[in-house]
This record gives sequence, C-alpha cells and structure tokens, in this order.
Amino acid sequence: MKSRLVMDEKGIERATARIAHEILERNRGTEGLVILGIPTRGYGIALRLQSIIEVIEGVRLPAGAVDATLYRDDLGIKKEQPFLKKMEIPIAIDGKTIVLVDDVLFTGRTIRAAMNALMDFGRPRSIQLAVLVDRGHRELPIKPDYVGKNIPTSLKEGVKVRLQEIDGSSEVSVIEKE
Amino acid sequence: MNRLIIRGGRLFDPSTGTDGIHNLYVMGGRIASFKPADRDTTEINPGPGVEVIDARGLLVTPGLIDVHTHLREPGFEYKETIRTGTLSAAAGGFTSILCMANTAPVNDNESVTRYILEKAKEEGAVNVFPVGALSVGQKGERLADMRELKRAGCVAVSDDGMPVVNGGLMRKALEYSSVCGMPVISHSEDTALSGSGVMNEGAVSTRLGLKGIPNAAEESMIARDISLAELTGGRLHIAHVSARGSVELIRMARGKGLKVTAEAAPHHLTLTDEAVGRYNTNAKMNPPLRTVADVEALRAGLRDGAIDCAATDHAPQSIIEKDVEFERAANGIVGLETAFSLVYGLVADGLLPLNAAISALTINPARAMGLDRGTLKVGSVADIAIIDVNRDWTVDPLKLKSKSKNTPFTGMTLKGVIVKTIVGGRTVFSAD
Amino acid sequence: MRFKSKDLLGIEDLDSQDIELVLSTAGSLREVSEREIKKVPTLRGRTIINLFYEPSTRTRTSFEIAAKRMSADAVNISVSASSAVKGETIKDTAKNLEAMKPDCIVVRHSASGVPHMLADYLKCSVVNAGDGAHEHPSQALLDMFTVKEKKGTIKGLKLAIIGDIGHSRVARSNIYGFTKLGAEVVVAGPPTMMPPGIERLGCRATFSMEDAIADADVIMMLRIQLERQKESFFPTIREYSMLYGLDEAKLKMAKKDVLILHPGPLNRGVEISPAVADGPYSMILDQVTNGVAVRMAIFYLLLGAAKE
Repeated sequence: MKSRLVMDEKGIERATARIAHEILERNRGTEGLVILGIPTRGYGIALRLQSIIEVIEGVRLPAGAVDATLYRDDLGIKKEQPFLKKMEIPIAIDGKTIVLVDDVLFTGRTIRAAMNALMDFGRPRSIQLAVLVDRGHRELPIKPDYVGKNIPTSLKEGVKVRLQEIDGSSEVSVIEKE
Repeated sequence: MNRLIIRGGRLFDPSTGTDGIHNLYVMGGRIASFKPADRDTTEINPGPGVEVIDARGLLVTPGLIDVHTHLREPGFEYKETIRTGTLSAAAGGFTSILCMANTAPVNDNESVTRYILEKAKEEGAVNVFPVGALSVGQKGERLADMRELKRAGCVAVSDDGMPVVNGGLMRKALEYSSVCGMPVISHSEDTALSGSGVMNEGAVSTRLGLKGIPNAAEESMIARDISLAELTGGRLHIAHVSARGSVELIRMARGKGLKVTAEAAPHHLTLTDEAVGRYNTNAKMNPPLRTVADVEALRAGLRDGAIDCAATDHAPQSIIEKDVEFERAANGIVGLETAFSLVYGLVADGLLPLNAAISALTINPARAMGLDRGTLKVGSVADIAIIDVNRDWTVDPLKLKSKSKNTPFTGMTLKGVIVKTIVGGRTVFSAD
Repeated sequence: MRFKSKDLLGIEDLDSQDIELVLSTAGSLREVSEREIKKVPTLRGRTIINLFYEPSTRTRTSFEIAAKRMSADAVNISVSASSAVKGETIKDTAKNLEAMKPDCIVVRHSASGVPHMLADYLKCSVVNAGDGAHEHPSQALLDMFTVKEKKGTIKGLKLAIIGDIGHSRVARSNIYGFTKLGAEVVVAGPPTMMPPGIERLGCRATFSMEDAIADADVIMMLRIQLERQKESFFPTIREYSMLYGLDEAKLKMAKKDVLILHPGPLNRGVEISPAVADGPYSMILDQVTNGVAVRMAIFYLLLGAAKE
C-alpha cells in the first residue's frame, strides 16, 4: 500500500489557523457561532478551531459533535452498520450560525446526513461547512465554505487524516488502495 | 407344507441358550429344528414351497417383543393405525407387540378388544396383543372388567398414560390380577409431584425455564406399587422406568422374590435431558429423559436383571401435537424402528452383554406377559428376526414406516439393520 | 458492527462483547429521547411486529416507542395464549406472520422457547421480549445499562437478586449478563422458589436475603406473583415480605451507594417497601427510560444493515 504525505502537523496547524481567521472574518466576529464537528476527526478539528478562535478573540465558542450515522443513506446497503458515536449539541441551535466541521470532504453524503441530523435539533440561521481536505468527487450539490487544502485524488485513492490528540501524531496522507 | 430354511446365521436365543452358526428349519409356521451349520448334512432341494434365506454374517434371534406400544387405533388414526404401527414394528424386528388401552374409545371392554384383534388380523403385519384398561375409561375410579378383557384377548391391564393415583384401586387391580392371570402394568407417577412439569427437574430444566418432574414422582409411586404387590401377591410390571432410585427399588423387590418385572425404554437408556436442547418437543415424553446418573443406573439394571425388559413406549404424535409450545406439546416418541439399534448400541459399546440385550427384547417380555413367544425352541411359533449388526444406518424420520415422525434420533447413525422379520414363518419385512 | 445472530433470543447466547456493543449503542441512542423531535430516520421502511401472547403494557410500549423513535413501523398484535387457535402449529403462525413481510418480530409468550421455535422458522429477526420462565434479554440489557451508567463499570460489583428465582426470566437473563461482564451474582429466595442447579448459570444461591444483600452494590427485587401463595410456594404474604421484602432496615446491610432495581410492576409493601421504592437508591424509573434506548439499540444492531 503506497502512501504519500500531503500535510504534516505544521501544515495542519497553518490550515486550521487560516480557517479560524476566515470564519471570524466572514461572520464578523463570534456572535451566534457554534462549532460542530463530525466524529471522530472532524470533531477533533472542531475543538482545534474552538481553541484557535479563543486565542484570537478571547471568546470560547460552544463546540460539539454531530454524529451523522443514524441519518446515513447507505445503512440498508452496508453489510455492517457502523458503531454509533456521540451526539453532543452543547446549546439550542435555533437561530445560530453553525460551522459544521469534517476532516475530509468527498461525496458530500456525510454532510447531507449531518445537516439532516442538525435540522432535527432546531432551525439554525445558517450552516457553514469547514473541511481540512477537499478531495473532490462530489455526488451531491454541496460546497465547502472553508477549505484547508484541495487535494485532487483518484477514486482508487483514499485520504487519511491523523491528529495528535486522537492518533498520537498529525498528518494527512493519500493512500493508494489496491 | 411350506418350508423356510435360514442358513448359516448366528443363531442367538437366550431362551434355549443357543449361540452359534446354525441352520434353522421352519415348517408350517413353526420351528422344526436347528442344527450347527458345520455338521448339517441336510440336503436342501429348493423348489416350490421352499424358501431359503442366506443368513451368513447375520444375527438370527427370536422375533422381538415390545410390551409397550401405542397403536392409536381406534380413535387417533391420524397419528397411527394398526396397519402402520405393525408395519413399523416389523421394520424394527418386532414380531409381537402389546398395545396400550388409551385409545378412543378406551379399551376397557371386550368390544374394543375384539375390534383391535380383528383389525390386527386383517391388516396387521405382526402379532398384536391388546392391553386392557385397568379402570373403566381409564378414569381411575372403578376396575374394568378384567376377566371379560382377558377372555376377549387382552394379556395385561394398564391405565398407562393415566397414572393410578388411588392406591386402593391399584391394590384391587393387583388382587384381581392373580385371579385373571394377567399382570398389571403400572405407569407409576405421583401426579401431585410431577404437577405441570414437562421435563426432568434439574439443571437443564432450570436453564430452559421449564417446569420439572422430579425423580421422586416416579420413585415414590413405584415404592407404593411394590408394597401393594407384596401385600397382594399380584403380578406387577413397572412401565418405562426412568429414575435411578426406581431401579434400586425394583432390584430390592425382585431380590425379595416379589412378582415384579420392569421395563426401560431405549431412549431412557441412551439419552439425557440435554437432548431437549433448544426446546425440541421430540425429546418430550413422560417419564422424561433424565440425567447421566439415571441412564447409567438403568443400564446397570438391565445388566444385572433388575430391569428385565426393553420396551419402546412407541407413542406416535402428529405435528399438531408436536409443533407447538414445548409445554403444550404432547408427550411421546416413536420407538419401534430405533429400539433394536439403540439397545444394540450398548452392546457394541461394551456396556451390555448381548445376552442381556436379546433377552430383554425376546424371552423376558414374553415371560413377563405370559406369552408363548420370544423363543426358537423346537415347536414354537416361528417368529424370527434377522439382523445385520455390522451395518449402520442413519435415522431419517421420513423413511420411518410409522405414520408419525416424532423421533429425537433424527440424523443419528445407529448400529444394526433389521434385514428380515418373520412372523409365523412368513416374511413380513425385508430390508431393501 | 452487527450481531452474530439474526435474532436476540437470550443473554445466554451472547458474549461480553455483544453485550458491551448493545450498551454502548444504547448510550449513543439515549440522547434521541431527550430531543424535541424524538425520532431519527435510521430504520425507515422497516416493519416490526410486536407479537404479545401475554399482556404486558410496559414492555410492549417500550418496544413500540423504541421502534417508532427509529422510524420503523411498529404493529402490535395481542393474542391471548389460551385463545390461540387450536390446531395451528408454531410453523403455521410463523409462516403467516412472514407473509406480511416484517423485518423483525418481537415476541412475548408465557411458554419458554416459543421465540426460539419462531426464529428457527423465520428468515426475519426475532427478539425475545420474555418467554416463560426462561429469558428476558432486553430487560437484562437495560438493567446492565442502568447499572453501568451509574457505577461506570459492572466488573467487580456484587449483584443480589431477591425473590421468586424459579419462575423468573428476569433473574436468568441477569445472572448470565452480569456474570459475563464480571460481576458477582448472588440469588436469594425461599427454597420453594429456588430451582435446582441455578448455580450452573454462574451465580451463588442462598435462602438468606441478608447473606445475599450484605455489601451488595446492586439489589434487584423480583416481582412476586401473589397467586403463588395459593400454590403454597410461601405460607403468607406477610411472612414472605418479612423474609424477602426490601425495607430500609435491610437496605442498611448493603453498600452505602447501593442501587435498587425492580423490573416492575411493583407490589408495594410486599417485595419492596414504598420508602425504598421511592427512595434515593431506587433506579426504577431510570430503568424504564433506559429500556427505550436499549431497545432502540437492539433494533439498530439487528436491522440497521443490509439484509442477508
């Protein structure tokens, strides 16, 4: 299995810092913002964004997790159902601006599922999407608002994100599947 | 006169102490003679009226006798008929069977007995000896007319299936049995102790959450019956012994010289309550399958003669009775076609001498019920079983001759194939 | 992840991993019941039949709510076992239900083993909602969930189960479950209600309630069927209550942070005193709440993936 490093810890830090700045710029501050990550690593990145924004603005945004599993469109097709992860919505989301965070944006189906999940919790004013990596191959009309890095890939490849706090080291690599 | 010659088989007849390669001569439906094959110089001229069976490598025994079957006719012909039940018997090597009285109507009077005997004469493949009811309607209240039953052709009385709870009634039946010359067959069970139990009481019933029947339900009633046999001097035969304590009681009674005989069923000699498995209703019968200790005690009883008969308790049930909740399912299994192989399996495993096994299936049941059968002595009726004890077979319920398929032995490979069954010199069953 | 079996028939058939999987899945799903919109679309288009041969409002409702919160269609069929059609075999029943194309049948029956017989005949999943005196797996799972949530772990705890052990499917399922997760289980009840060989299920048995509850972390009180007195399983209710009822005096023998479980419905003043039932250690209502989450988890694990 061939693996190609595309981002290291420094690269990830720079990309998340830039996304944090873009979020603040675009929303003119922190008013009404909630950061929700998709477990496992999207949630990790969401927490990183929460810390960076706290350093910049001195405001600790509510952050939580949106597990999209129960809303997936492939449950009746997959041979095994995925483990359920935690749903942690820290505050009522009605009227809030949600920044939905995932590590890799691919077909867009997980984002669709996560948005449906969010809608069951209330009516946010808007949902913005932040991803560390956009690898292309969208199957749904979904477009990220903030992208750490665009990495063109082939369908034979996979993108693997590792984060220090979860995996013990941080990197993004492209793996060639057999 | 028709002649039948069975050549070169291992003639094994406990009643005459015969064991050896013999030629057996049958004439006019009776045993004419048997001679050691190596010294037999009889010239055999095959021709019309002479049948020769080559039994080399096979076991030749008296036709097997089962003192405990349920033929279900009259009344429950959807489970079994006299025709199918006797065909099943023939396929199992049995030439004589006793059929229990729990039919509808109950065999408690001569008209039912006569009906059974006539039907058996017309359609039956083997000899049928009816057992009359002990009490009218098997209700456990009044004695049935035992002498009338005897005259009509019954050979014993029993309320089998319905335990005689009333000790006074059992006493009277035993007293009367002496006058009639018929044994009383007791299904010994204290129904207050067995209650609504559906299997053996023990660790397995606890695990499965099923109500249990303790050994004491049988043992305590056998103790009563033995006391009454001693009191009355009557002839007592204990049906389907299942519990180890029962064997002990019967051994003591026989040691005292009481006129007590007893049978064990092949399934009780080979299976434990574990066979219930995942609620297999084909492992449900009364008395229930017990534990290893009980199975071992029954085998020991058969070895030392405390238990003198092996009897099937052949109890056909249709899927209407069996494919239901375990606790609602009817008791009983079909047993005629697996009986010999199960008992012989004990012989093959070195757990039972061949002599005890064949005795328990031939001469002992004949003596217990006062039948002039179960022997190959010269002049006796030529009821014969020819068996290949070296061949195995696998139990396939669909291939059983019985109308019902309720066997717990499905898929098991057993030793001993019945090759031919001969009743009165006439072949009634031949393996393909 | 999915179960090795298409059915949930008993805790006896599960290993500790299976149990942990249900508990963690239930942990994720419990939040759904806290929402304003108590529903997720996960099992849309799945049909679940609740086939109850024995009346049980509580368990049936819990299964029904669990099914609906997962967006499955739940249909309730109540049959009185005594009026069940005579002459209809279990296979007939199974095939008739199968013809309606359910994905899962939840069955409660007064006869032990009925779910197993149905499962053998049916291609769809079968969930045992209590069979005779055999097993009640969803109850045991919710009991384990409740204890694990409060205590963090089940390993090393002492569970005392008190009452009519012989007739109790809740006891059997919990003995299997708690011992598989590493707890020590002691059962206590009158000798007339203590079935032979219960120790083989993995517990210790005693006739002394005091012995069982001494230093217990969890006490599970079983419901006593008052009609058992007529069958002479115990002489009087008063006597039973004195020997095997849980009151505040007996409660002092257990650990300080003991949890009290009861599968319901309660006989207040018989097996449990009102003060204890409503007291701070009582988990009785948590059990009911957790029951929904556990049953949602069971449905997710049995029906959440492609059919075989």
